[in-house]
Amino acid sequence: MHTEILGIFLIFLLSVLLAWPLGRYIVSVFQGEKVWSDFFSPLERWIFRLAGIDPHQPMDWKQNMMALLGTNVFFFLLAFLVLVLQGYQPFWNPVGLGNWEPTLAFNTAVSFTTNTNLQHYSGETSASYFTQLLVFCWLQFVSAATGIAACALLFQGLVNRSSATLGNFYHLFLKSSTRILLPLSIVVCLLLTLGGTPVNFEGLQTVTTLEGDTIQVAGGPVAPMVAIKQLGTNGGGYFGPNSTHPFENPSYFTNIVENVSILLIPMALVFAFGFYLHRRRLAMLFFGVMTLLFVLFVALSASQEMSGNPNYTALGLADGQPNIEGKEVRFGPAASSLWGVSTTSTSNGSVNSMHDSHTPLSGGIFLLDMFINAIYGGVGVGFINFFVFVIIAVFIAGLMIGRTPEFLGKKIEAREVKIAALVVILHPLLILGGTALSSYGIQRNPDVGWLNNPAYHGFSEMLYEFTSAAANNGSGFEGLADNTPFWNILTGIAMMLGRYLPIIGPLAIVGSLAVKKPVPETVGSLPPESFAFGAVLLSVILIVAALSFFPALTLGPLAEYFTMGK
Amino acid sequence: MRESFLKLHPRWMFRNPVMFTVEVGTIIMLFETIHVAITVNNLQSAFYNLLITLLLLLTVLFGNFAEAIAEARGKAQADSLRKTRQDTKAKKLWEDGSIQEVSSADLRKGDRFVAEAGDVVPADGEIEEGLASIDESAITGESAPVIREAGTDRSSVIGGTKVLSDRIVVVVTTQPGESFLDKMIALVEGANRQKTPNEIALTILLASFTMVFLIVTVTLKPFADYANTPVTIAALVSLFVCLIPTTIGGLLSAIGIAGMDRALRANIIAKSGKAVETAGDIDTLLLDKTGTITIGNRKATRFIPLEAVSQEEFTRYSVLSSLSDSTPEGKSILELAKKQGIEVPKAETAQADFVKFSAETRMSGINLSDGRQIRKGAWDAIKRWSTQSNGILEELEGHVKEIAQNGGTPLALAVDKKALGIIQLEDIIKPGIQERFARLRKMGVKTVMVTGDNPLTAAYIAQQAGVDDYIAEARPEDKMQYIKKEQQAGKLVAMMGDGTNDAPALAQADVGVAMNSGTQAAKEAANMVDLDNDPTKLLEIVEIGKQLLITRGNVTTFSIANDVAKYFAIVPALFAATIPGLNALNIMALTSPESAILSAVIFNAIIIPLLIPLALRGVKYRPIGASALLTRNLLVYGLGGIVLPFIGIKAIDLIVSFML
Repeated sequence: MHTEILGIFLIFLLSVLLAWPLGRYIVSVFQGEKVWSDFFSPLERWIFRLAGIDPHQPMDWKQNMMALLGTNVFFFLLAFLVLVLQGYQPFWNPVGLGNWEPTLAFNTAVSFTTNTNLQHYSGETSASYFTQLLVFCWLQFVSAATGIAACALLFQGLVNRSSATLGNFYHLFLKSSTRILLPLSIVVCLLLTLGGTPVNFEGLQTVTTLEGDTIQVAGGPVAPMVAIKQLGTNGGGYFGPNSTHPFENPSYFTNIVENVSILLIPMALVFAFGFYLHRRRLAMLFFGVMTLLFVLFVALSASQEMSGNPNYTALGLADGQPNIEGKEVRFGPAASSLWGVSTTSTSNGSVNSMHDSHTPLSGGIFLLDMFINAIYGGVGVGFINFFVFVIIAVFIAGLMIGRTPEFLGKKIEAREVKIAALVVILHPLLILGGTALSSYGIQRNPDVGWLNNPAYHGFSEMLYEFTSAAANNGSGFEGLADNTPFWNILTGIAMMLGRYLPIIGPLAIVGSLAVKKPVPETVGSLPPESFAFGAVLLSVILIVAALSFFPALTLGPLAEYFTMGK
Repeated sequence: MRESFLKLHPRWMFRNPVMFTVEVGTIIMLFETIHVAITVNNLQSAFYNLLITLLLLLTVLFGNFAEAIAEARGKAQADSLRKTRQDTKAKKLWEDGSIQEVSSADLRKGDRFVAEAGDVVPADGEIEEGLASIDESAITGESAPVIREAGTDRSSVIGGTKVLSDRIVVVVTTQPGESFLDKMIALVEGANRQKTPNEIALTILLASFTMVFLIVTVTLKPFADYANTPVTIAALVSLFVCLIPTTIGGLLSAIGIAGMDRALRANIIAKSGKAVETAGDIDTLLLDKTGTITIGNRKATRFIPLEAVSQEEFTRYSVLSSLSDSTPEGKSILELAKKQGIEVPKAETAQADFVKFSAETRMSGINLSDGRQIRKGAWDAIKRWSTQSNGILEELEGHVKEIAQNGGTPLALAVDKKALGIIQLEDIIKPGIQERFARLRKMGVKTVMVTGDNPLTAAYIAQQAGVDDYIAEARPEDKMQYIKKEQQAGKLVAMMGDGTNDAPALAQADVGVAMNSGTQAAKEAANMVDLDNDPTKLLEIVEIGKQLLITRGNVTTFSIANDVAKYFAIVPALFAATIPGLNALNIMALTSPESAILSAVIFNAIIIPLLIPLALRGVKYRPIGASALLTRNLLVYGLGGIVLPFIGIKAIDLIVSFML
């Protein structure tokens, strides 16, 4: 019991310790300082020459936004075409997998372009090695790099003193891939291979089990895909069962490597904010607010899991045993809870246990993580989401002390509040609206066949699916038959809106802040590093983001929790 | 009261999105009540729906009531001002010089009128001819009469004031109904009130919260249907109204009007609500030294003769030179001498020539009948005039430096081209001014003293008074330069002025306050007018501005924090009947679902009138530093806002369940 808790504590500590120097390194990359990875420069120059892009052309927020959307639309179209035409590709398709159904291809292409990796398919039975490597694995790189580059633009906008140019998206985008994601992935990939994760290009292998049965075992280039899926908060597994699969995540050692990889870049970007703006104390405050929620959630989830399933206890089974259903014994309930909270708060979405089988409150916490979607958050976008809460907190706190609100010397006025407010509305609109539609659908036609679980748990499954899509998380509560046109199209739209509006909104805010004349900080202005501001920020996150979903949580996990074991 | 109902008109309500949705909710409930009354043959359920409908209506009315009260208070203040100027007779002066008695309402901009002792000034204007003592107590409450004179910085008169002596000819400067007072009256009455920038931003935020809660409640219907726990329209509408920030929504405009009203009570006429709000953000305050930091003018405090000259002789010469000198400095020399027992009868200078101060010589003095020439003036002027040896001059120069270093102004005196000594003039710093500046510094406001003094003197006084910076030997352009420099750095600057030459700087400043006694040009350029002519009023203006924002911010926080308790009251009540397990969420142990919803709605409604006094009075600003202030307000309005409704709803539930 104690070793388990010590284990998750060490995983968390290791992530923080590695994230600090990484944050510093990321800032050096953003600011174009001399770094050891400069040997990539010729490659980068060659790519830019090939694409006909001038990487040093400074652009304002609108030009950068167009660049971001343009590249992403291109990625999406490419992925969509490859998927629907998979059967015609001769390469790396030893099993001879065929074309994809269009709505599933749409959903999957959106899913990977938006860094969501919601998977309505199972990798080993529908995606060829070519698709896995050159579509999924590649999109996992570029979608993560898109997020990191957007975050860099945001930093620059906050630094600017009356200047509109935020930097060059293409430049930041490519550097994020080559200087941050690629080297880290190589290291993680090597560690995983060392831990037993396979890399091969052979077809299904026939293995005779101990019982003497013959089974077909899928293999493939697993380790590289797992490395980037964790580092880039993508979460799309090579195999259907994701990181519960013994090839994706063979041992406690690989589990440590992968869990640290999930948290690493999101945490590092919070520190990077501090280094970039020379506001280390403010970064620590942000990190503190996030960590407070994170630790609280892990503690709640782990204690729920470790105290077991009340239904079993009521039946006199497994008395005093932890809730082990849906978990891998090689990780245990505590490490599963840590992973669950990590993966949902960082919009990663890979799983090392079945979230569906967690106790109701634990499942509720995973939902809460995604409602907030800014506890460390997805690579780049997590901090961007958090920034929206900061704007609202600054506005309220500013009024409370009798000054026109300002953040880092920039006045927060009607325009900024308007954009932040729109982004805040979006999340409940997508999640609650989507869940309402599907609830209504079930109500109209109970035999539609989506739900494998009745009542509150079924409700949680639908709620989870839309939350996962809107938060660009990608994990599934499973138990939901989601490969239908209804779910494919609706969650596809939710993923798109949930990805791009929360990037465009904050970029528009910093775009307008960037050109503002800085206001000098005086004794009368609110120091954002103060404890009191941290309290306002925490309250805004809890009351605005979390409480909006209270009625939904009541009907799902809470209703289940309070009815369990009765 | 009547006003509260009149304001129910959608056109009015639309200005306030939060309360508008409550009104829409009320109408939906009204239809639902009728529907239930007809279709369901259950008196109790119809009564319950009716009760909710009435409570929602009450919520809207309370909000309107708050606004109406604030307006009424402002109106009462404005009416008493307005009364003074109605139906005054004006003596209109025609081009040909004839005078005709007309009603004050018939005076147009550019008209001339005559006002004599005993007349009430019929309109705002600028004196063209003459000088008069005027009783402005009707406007300012100050009973001491003031002097207004043509061609000076104190040449404007206000309608409603009374001429006590002499006769003046005045040009009307405003159209009827457009005077400052009229503008202010319109602002406090709300008719003309435009939302300030922060108010707009806040309204947007509140509207977005309203949207979020609309989504939350609307989607709850299919969720509940799915879970086989049907919820009533009454419960959904109640949940929605309780969650949206009705408290701040209902009080928002009352807070704004009350802020304007507070300014008016401090005898400040603001041209817009924006100006008052901006005042709360001021970073830099430009203050004239004379009258603000120091009392009136410099006074003589010491006679320092050369060693070879006796104290008495020097003092006598000083007095002689000042006998006909009407400047404040001259008078103070006579006062000081009198205190030291030296008086010279005026007869001694009966045949003497008084030499006026001129810009070329920079000296003034007197030529006595016996031929002696006495001069006093700036040290360098006297030095040039004198024919003495360097040794003597050096002795005097020592005194000059010493005086200047201690913030005094040296005035040299010479007789027949021989300097005899130095008269030390000093500024008297107003008692208590240091504390006021310290208070401003804690607010984060930088104070800048503007003075015509030389840098040495200015530095000394600045240090004594505790201002942060000073502009010495200031010309009007220097003020302008300074303001621009500060604004370039992103700061908001306030200044006070009265003269015409202040007008450009007043216009440039973010908050320009003109003294009421000042020229018309200054008043036009400023965005506030201080009726009391009190230069320290700027401090109050800053606090009023801050108070306005703080009140809004804290009521918002309170309003949103209330949601926690309301969730815990209503959500379990919605589902507890069908999902008994959820009763565990009923942590307030409310009696029944109906009483829980009623209690939450009642609490939500009555909190508005309960907070009206706070909205009108404003949340007090404390200059204790931003972090400390935030912590304090967070504990009072944030934590208080979470805890209070738990207690309030529980108490109402006890009463409601007792009555039902």
